[in-house]
Amino acid sequence: MIQLVETLISGLTLGSIYALIALGYTMVYGIAKMLNFAHGDIIMIGAYAVIVSVATLRLPAVVAILISVAVCTLLGVTIEFLAYRPLRQSPPLTVLITAIGVSYLLQNVALLIFGSEQKSTPRMFQIPDLKLGAVTISGVALLTLGVTAVIMIALTLFINKTRMGKAMRAVSEDKEAAELMGISVNKTITVTFAIGSALAAVASIFFGATYVYIKPTTGSMPGIKAFTAAVFGGIGSVPGAMLGGILLGVLEQLSKTYISTLWSDAIVFGVLVLVLVVKPSGLLGKTVREKV
Amino acid sequence: MLKVENINVYYGKIHALKDISLEVNDGEIVALIGANGAGKSTTLKTISGMMRTRTGSITFMDQNITHTESYKLISHGLAHVPEGRRCFLQMTVQENLEMGAYTNQKYTKEGLEKVYAQFPRLQHRRNQIAGTLSGGEQQMLAMGRALMSQPKLLMLDEPSMGLAPILVQQIFDIIKTLHASGTTILLVEQNAEMALRIANRAYVLETGHVAMSGSAADLAQDDRVRRAYLGA
Repeated sequence: MIQLVETLISGLTLGSIYALIALGYTMVYGIAKMLNFAHGDIIMIGAYAVIVSVATLRLPAVVAILISVAVCTLLGVTIEFLAYRPLRQSPPLTVLITAIGVSYLLQNVALLIFGSEQKSTPRMFQIPDLKLGAVTISGVALLTLGVTAVIMIALTLFINKTRMGKAMRAVSEDKEAAELMGISVNKTITVTFAIGSALAAVASIFFGATYVYIKPTTGSMPGIKAFTAAVFGGIGSVPGAMLGGILLGVLEQLSKTYISTLWSDAIVFGVLVLVLVVKPSGLLGKTVREKV
Repeated sequence: MLKVENINVYYGKIHALKDISLEVNDGEIVALIGANGAGKSTTLKTISGMMRTRTGSITFMDQNITHTESYKLISHGLAHVPEGRRCFLQMTVQENLEMGAYTNQKYTKEGLEKVYAQFPRLQHRRNQIAGTLSGGEQQMLAMGRALMSQPKLLMLDEPSMGLAPILVQQIFDIIKTLHASGTTILLVEQNAEMALRIANRAYVLETGHVAMSGSAADLAQDDRVRRAYLGA
């Protein structure tokens, strides 16, 4: 029983990180209708930004976090501007291949700067563990869960209640009609990349705090899993990315604890395939109705 | 108010608009009529910057808008209700209207009141998702949304398309009301009979060029127009 509760909590924590990354994939897909495969590598850059700030520049943790968020946001917006914007009218395959190219570029730039050996993330949070009876919850897990919950609520309110959020929904539905309303599609896409990349930075901080070791290819696996989570939840759907990320994390930890560490990824992806066979649009995905 | 001079628009190699010129004066209803594929919608899309012309110029309220980006035009006072309504189907009726006032925020509250007064059915359904509205209601929503920007010129593309005759009549009554309250209108219609009945002037488009133009009353009497478009 204690093991189950602890597994669920670590699953929720891991799932929160996936969800934060998945939000970036799903929002960009919803608005720019492209899969940004460089998104996972933003996490890696964010993690290195923390390491450099704390270990090399000796900055306090809070400043390091802000720097990491700023670096990722700027990087996301710059990538969009330089690599994707010129391809706005190009076929989706061209954009997809460009995104994969950007992903390799980021990995290799990191390799060039930081080398191939892994670096350890400095300990930034001194939060005592929480003991509830026999169950121990780590401080980092609590922080991850708390911050993710706040971010998700804030993002939901932003998308549903603010002028910019509504404009984003309008653009995701019909770009031309949105432009006729006076909404700049380019500006909206920039804001989307900024938000997605900032969330990736937050994810990278928790990822670093939980998994400690960072190398240039670190972003790939959480990136792929978060992308999977976004598809699982229904790509383009914000609540879907949240749900998909959390379910994926919980599934992964459950299979690691009760079945096999080795097989956990296979089991997770297996469940995913099953879900998509039954519901191809994902858990909360909208079935696209073709207008006649 | 609006002056289009010698525009030439291409879809790839297809020459869709050939030297089209037209003019809309303050306070008029001007109709563009013609068969499917004659270039009516393309003309509106070019005016609102969704398509680009290779030559010629478009002037609106004494400003050259030939190369102005689409999203900037609404703040010039030019609103375009596109073909097929293009409401945001997953947003509520009220959110759709709010998007119409995106560049004209201060007007949102007053605008909503006015639009709801004009279209009481939209008020009943204001919290409903636009995708659940009927075709006629969606047309009203698309028009209401465009009015939220307080346009000087309202361009309507096939507002009667796919609607039952009684609704067509309603939509045309609304257009008349809007015109009476001071909005200038450029109307694209396949329903030439209805369009010529409410318009001051009209242009007849045929395969991408202006075949005839003149006062709506004269065109309605013209033999060629009667045979080709009015089924006489």
